[in-house]
Amino acid sequence: MIAEIGHFALIAAFLLAGLQATVPLYGAHKGDRGMMELARSTAVGQFALVLLAFAALVNAFVTSDFSVLNVAQNSHSTKPMLYKISGAWGNHEGSLLLWALILSLFGAMVACFGRNLPPSLRARTLAIQGMIALGFLAFMLFTSNPFDRILAPPSDGAGLNPLLQDPGLAFHPPFLYFGYVGLSISFSFAVAALIEGKVDAAWARWVRPWTLAAWCGLTVGIGLGSWWAYYELGWGGFWFWDPVENASFMPWLAATALLHSAIVVEKRDALKSWTILLAIVAFSMSLLGTFLVRSGVLTSVHAFATDPERGVFILALLAVTVGGSLTLFAIRAPKLQTTGVFQPISREGALLLNNLFLSAAAATVLLGTLYPLFLDVLDAGKVSVGPPFFNATFGPLMAPVLGAMVIGPFLSWKRADFRQAMQKLWLGVAAAVTAIVLVLILSGVEGILPAVGVGAAVWIICGTLLELADRVKLARVPLSESWRRARRTPRAAYGMTVAHLGVGLVVAGVLGATVFKTESIQNMKPGDVVDVAGYTFTLDRVERLNGPNYQAERAVFRISTDGEQFATVNAERRAYPVEGDTTTEAGIHTTWVADLYAVVGEGNPRDGWTTRIYHNPLVPWIWLGTIVMSLGGVISLTDRRLRIGAPSRRRAPTSGSSSPAPAE
Amino acid sequence: MRLISALLLALSLFASPAAAVLPDEILDDPALESRARELSLELRCLVCQNQSIDDSNAELARDLRLLVRERLIAGDTNEEAMAYIRARYGDFVLLRPPVQRSTYLLWFGPIGIVIAGVAIVMVTSRRRRKNAAAATPTSPLSSTERTRLDAALAREDDNGDRG
Amino acid sequence: MRRLLYFLPLVICLGIALFFYRGLDLNPRDLPSALINKPAPEFSLPALPGRDIQRADDGLARTDLTTGKPVVVNVWASWCIPCVAEHPLVDRLAKREGVTVHGINYRDRPDAAAAWLKRLGDPYAKVGKDESGRVSIDWGVYGVPETYVIDGNGVILYRHAGALSPEILERKILPLVKGGG
Repeated sequence: MIAEIGHFALIAAFLLAGLQATVPLYGAHKGDRGMMELARSTAVGQFALVLLAFAALVNAFVTSDFSVLNVAQNSHSTKPMLYKISGAWGNHEGSLLLWALILSLFGAMVACFGRNLPPSLRARTLAIQGMIALGFLAFMLFTSNPFDRILAPPSDGAGLNPLLQDPGLAFHPPFLYFGYVGLSISFSFAVAALIEGKVDAAWARWVRPWTLAAWCGLTVGIGLGSWWAYYELGWGGFWFWDPVENASFMPWLAATALLHSAIVVEKRDALKSWTILLAIVAFSMSLLGTFLVRSGVLTSVHAFATDPERGVFILALLAVTVGGSLTLFAIRAPKLQTTGVFQPISREGALLLNNLFLSAAAATVLLGTLYPLFLDVLDAGKVSVGPPFFNATFGPLMAPVLGAMVIGPFLSWKRADFRQAMQKLWLGVAAAVTAIVLVLILSGVEGILPAVGVGAAVWIICGTLLELADRVKLARVPLSESWRRARRTPRAAYGMTVAHLGVGLVVAGVLGATVFKTESIQNMKPGDVVDVAGYTFTLDRVERLNGPNYQAERAVFRISTDGEQFATVNAERRAYPVEGDTTTEAGIHTTWVADLYAVVGEGNPRDGWTTRIYHNPLVPWIWLGTIVMSLGGVISLTDRRLRIGAPSRRRAPTSGSSSPAPAE
Repeated sequence: MRLISALLLALSLFASPAAAVLPDEILDDPALESRARELSLELRCLVCQNQSIDDSNAELARDLRLLVRERLIAGDTNEEAMAYIRARYGDFVLLRPPVQRSTYLLWFGPIGIVIAGVAIVMVTSRRRRKNAAAATPTSPLSSTERTRLDAALAREDDNGDRG
Repeated sequence: MRRLLYFLPLVICLGIALFFYRGLDLNPRDLPSALINKPAPEFSLPALPGRDIQRADDGLARTDLTTGKPVVVNVWASWCIPCVAEHPLVDRLAKREGVTVHGINYRDRPDAAAAWLKRLGDPYAKVGKDESGRVSIDWGVYGVPETYVIDGNGVILYRHAGALSPEILERKILPLVKGGG
């Protein structure tokens, strides 16, 4: 019964989305206030209905209602409650419903918080949002209904892939989708602006907080996914350049570029059509990811069970959404007037460089991800494009970005003095060079790349801190004056500083994981001892234990250094009888500058167990860095919150500079 | 019931494939071993989804890891060992696609994108500057406008409205 | 020219969509053999013991593929489930169509393999046992079952990975075997 309510709620939401997609658009065209206002009520109504449907599905999972096909296929009565709930979105149909839920949530948020938006822009934005919802709800209702019943319900369900029964992965999709789908707002704003034919500083200010929120979600989502891979897949890697990973990374790159180019639109009235294009592309990349996961055109560890009919439907959806918006772009964008001009060496120039290389990186990831498919379609042979390709191309493309992200904030708008900026940065340059030389000496000159990588991390962190110091004129004016300046510095600026520091941390962590890790693979019996990077791992015991829906062999390692034991870690191999699968759970002890990481493989008391032990220096910083990055986004967002939708009011110029106006 | 589940556990634990690189595969010569690991990372596990044979616990991956080591012990260079496997499994087994006619677009695409991007930026910014120069009002700023502008610029610089 | 630039994203997008549309019908896991139109590898495998019909107890070697008559080589294992599914087709190929089919028994226990043949029928002329899987690697085998068509001179004409289907048998394999003979 409750499942049927969910189904009907979906149908009602679909109809409402149809209303939302059309009437306000016509109203905006005619200047009819009432029709435009319909956008808000339908957006909120749609959210309420999809929420109801989602609640119905979660209820079916929680109560293990196996008469619902989706529950029977993806759940099991013995599963822990957390995974019963997360199982609701751990499958194709349920994850689509989560998609639609977040989509309508964003629509409702624009309807509620967008009071200051011009009515026509708001109506058009929500109408575009309604069109996207219409497409996805149709997709769900016609090909992937999560509420389908089965006539003869099984006595128990088939279970959820054990790899997915993990706290990290339970929350990975909600964050990731928040990011993916959040970009739909930037997209809708961009398309609405194209329809209106007007892009100005105010538009950029409206779009930015939404993009920022989506970006934060995407960053956390990707971080969670990578963290999961790190401790669950059991070989210490954190990023595999898998097509589905790439599918989440491409929108992130595009959204990052968008965040930066929107600043130029806002402050300098330049890069307009480029920013519009980025907004379209960022969301298109999200849709592309959805397509790749569900169509079966590429192989991936993470792909859902695929079905050609669904592939055709979602491809059509993709073609209409992206093709339609890009057609509008091709027609309307040339008419956008830009007034801001700037020299190559300027803040705009640095942001443009950032955009150029971030976009090139996104395009490269796209190229590499799709290339096997291209060759296959052209019957030109089968190739694999794997991590070696991406590592070889992505690093060089990021290098200019990492350089510019430090120098850029030192440059003034419009025209800047590069030498002056570098003079302020000399400490950062010196620190980076010192780090490079130090690493070269310590590692015995084993390749220049690790050293350059460390240099880059040091450069970013030092340079970003220097910028903050320069901003408050630290050590150049009395401390009290610096403090006054620090308090007056807008939160958005702090947001940037924090986010850039996060990037530095991630770079350092990536380096630790790829270059500086130590690995030891061996056979161990209880009592055996292995030394890894100065730490002594003792296999204390291997025990069998029963989890809620699995049985496990748990290896307990004692870790000591200089004869002093300071930690124990548990590495497990779990067998899930329902699903007939095994998983590994790494035992990790983190010291915050390194992870001590142990995995247990096959074995028995007579012959011992295969164990893999890693010392992963700096690796925790990858996740610390992603959290710091999104924290930067959130800090910036708190600044914007005060003026979401507030049109940029130019303050009347004060006479003279005796009383500097607050920056924000 | 307990017996059955114990049996299941035993089955699934021991019938499941081994963990990736196993202790018995590791060569005594650390230099050879590290070369073998390097090559393993560049070879695709054909029966898995996007994994290198170094990461995979499939039987075939293990066979190939052993084969790589065998070739290296037999004195193959890295290139010879890779060629040996490529001759049997084709380009698909290489995670780093070979540079050849069908992959020129892949390998030179990224740099091409950057060059095209720079070209587009240069062309549009030159035109924009020309347009802006042409559009500059013939009457220069009045003195009050000039002071207002200076004050505004000073404020921006001072506060470092760096968003 | 400038206007055209604004159409570039649309063109790229439509191009990608076209590729996707074509790609929906393709199976990314369908791998061509690297050895097509190349001579089969040198190999020599011991015979699988315990077969009912000891048609040859001297194993399977490359010389068995150069008899002047096209042959089919089928790689199988008793633990492989799709092998059971395709077995009737292998049987038909050997018994009804009169094609010489040799087997390579991949990473199997000889007793289990022999029992499997007893249970399901034994269509193979010769069966070489490849317990280590090394010979199969030389053939580029990446999973069982796989089926190869070899012309009379030991050149590999065709490889099918995965279980045979009647369609594959009739459209691909039979024309090659009959046409070449």
